[in-house]
Amino acid sequence: MFEAYQFASQHLELVAKWAVEHLLISGVAIGSAAVIGIVFGILISGQGKERVADLVLYFAEIMMTVPSLALFGLLMLLLGRMGLSAIGFLPAVMTLIVYGQLPILRNTYIALRQVDPAFIEAGRGMGMSERQVLFKIKLPMALPVIFAGLRNAMVLIIGIATIAALIGAGGFGVPIFRGLRNARMDLIIIGGVSVSVLALLVDGSMALLERFVTSKGLKR
Amino acid sequence: MIRLEKVTKIYPDGTKAVREVSLEVKRGELCVLLGPSGCGKTTTMKMINRLIPLTSGKIYVDGVDHVSVNENELRRNIGYAIQEVGLFPHMTVAENITTVPALKGWTKADRTKRAVELLKLLRMAPNEFMNKYPKELSGGQRQRIGIARALGANPPILLMDEPFGAIDPVTRIDLQDEFLKIQQELKKTIIFVTHDIYEAVKMADSVVLMKEGQLVQHASPADLLYRPKNRFVEDFVGSDRGLKCLQLIRAREAMWDSPATVTLDASVESARKQMEEEGIDWLAVISHDRRFLGWVVSSDLVKGDTVSEIITVSSIRVTADTVLSEALSQMLTSGLKVLAAVDQHERLEGVLTFEGIQTALRKAVQKEGTE
Repeated sequence: MFEAYQFASQHLELVAKWAVEHLLISGVAIGSAAVIGIVFGILISGQGKERVADLVLYFAEIMMTVPSLALFGLLMLLLGRMGLSAIGFLPAVMTLIVYGQLPILRNTYIALRQVDPAFIEAGRGMGMSERQVLFKIKLPMALPVIFAGLRNAMVLIIGIATIAALIGAGGFGVPIFRGLRNARMDLIIIGGVSVSVLALLVDGSMALLERFVTSKGLKR
Repeated sequence: MIRLEKVTKIYPDGTKAVREVSLEVKRGELCVLLGPSGCGKTTTMKMINRLIPLTSGKIYVDGVDHVSVNENELRRNIGYAIQEVGLFPHMTVAENITTVPALKGWTKADRTKRAVELLKLLRMAPNEFMNKYPKELSGGQRQRIGIARALGANPPILLMDEPFGAIDPVTRIDLQDEFLKIQQELKKTIIFVTHDIYEAVKMADSVVLMKEGQLVQHASPADLLYRPKNRFVEDFVGSDRGLKCLQLIRAREAMWDSPATVTLDASVESARKQMEEEGIDWLAVISHDRRFLGWVVSSDLVKGDTVSEIITVSSIRVTADTVLSEALSQMLTSGLKVLAAVDQHERLEGVLTFEGIQTALRKAVQKEGTE
């Protein structure tokens, strides 16, 4: 523990670099995953789309079961074939987006479907268009559950982003894997503790944001 | 104002929810759709604002075939109050009330003004309630907001689906009375769905009784009670129609409107004399500005010098608009033989007695019978 502290204090700029890399990869991944997951969640939540929804959610679940290492490798090959950069940032972010999908997509879908039809009919009965029903009623009411999904995905993504170091994307995976190779306990501790702290910080700030954007009428 | 012509709804599975219903509701009329559950009354109502599309038939709103209008436009001009209220939990009271004004693009200032107006109309303090959320309100308050929301953009027509359904009987009676008062002022054209015959008789200008998707009888409440068209209506109305008739008559029609009164400073002797002359055993005690204070009864005349010493102070009073069933129930629970009807300033307007109620009821029955 002491060695870890000593190393970190002597190599502050190095730790900062890992932190920035880690945050950047996870941040871009989370942002994209949120947009994709919420948009798809909305699209598959409509009336009469239950079978499409089942299919999409099933697919997302299957993707979750693919080991992250295998997915990193698969994407490296695919991107390489397409002439894109096969290592580093791009494949790392793409893999993380795939992992973040399921909680966001599933929570968005479930939250929208759970809105009491009476509210939707009340909205329509007062002259709201489908779009207005979505933005004025369904989404605000679904917000707490969607947020839970987002937080879930964020913690997941920040954790898995560690493995992205293996394909040259940097982040706190770098000290962990280096420590594993060289039997350096201090490096492993620095990487591991940092990832946990990062995840807790991000989750905490999301909790604050959630409190801020959720209507007071929906809180217990 | 609203005309239904052979309106029919058949669902894809073959269920005939509504069959060839034709009816007309005039401007300013409160029409109650009444019937057992599954009779098609709610479906009929929802076809008017096109929440449910018709299978065949026509509906005219203000002379215009309602399918020729944009459906959202149509609905924004028809107030809608739903079962269980359905207030949006994530919106404040003010936001809920001004849902339709917001859809119509009113400015924020106009909306706030309207919310204040409507809260006052429903006797809720704007400052206290504007920014509350539905979960912070009692059941009765929520129903009021539900009604305020239906009135939001001041539509000429209201559709109300059991708007007083989910509350306790006492609050319900209060809300019904208050709503009737508001309706007297606003004169909206209203379609009101209920399964409660008492509510129907009390609220309606005309009642449409439905059964298995068909219109059985469309009549005034009195006609429905006294001239049931067939066995089904008779059974639905029930055997206690005399009691239900009490819902139709207001205290105004049964009360003695120039009752015997005394003031506090009158002597007991003069009170005794007055009772003898009028042939009654009670007098209403009033202040000099006619505010009702209590009663003097003949058994108390033996003691004291002035009325102020023998008065029985009473806080029980009704208004001229109270229906007789409620007045009667007040009498029975309080043990009083007479009830004071007062105006909003507590001034005595009349006195209601058992005999008065009986006479009014007899008159109503005879009138209906001979017409």
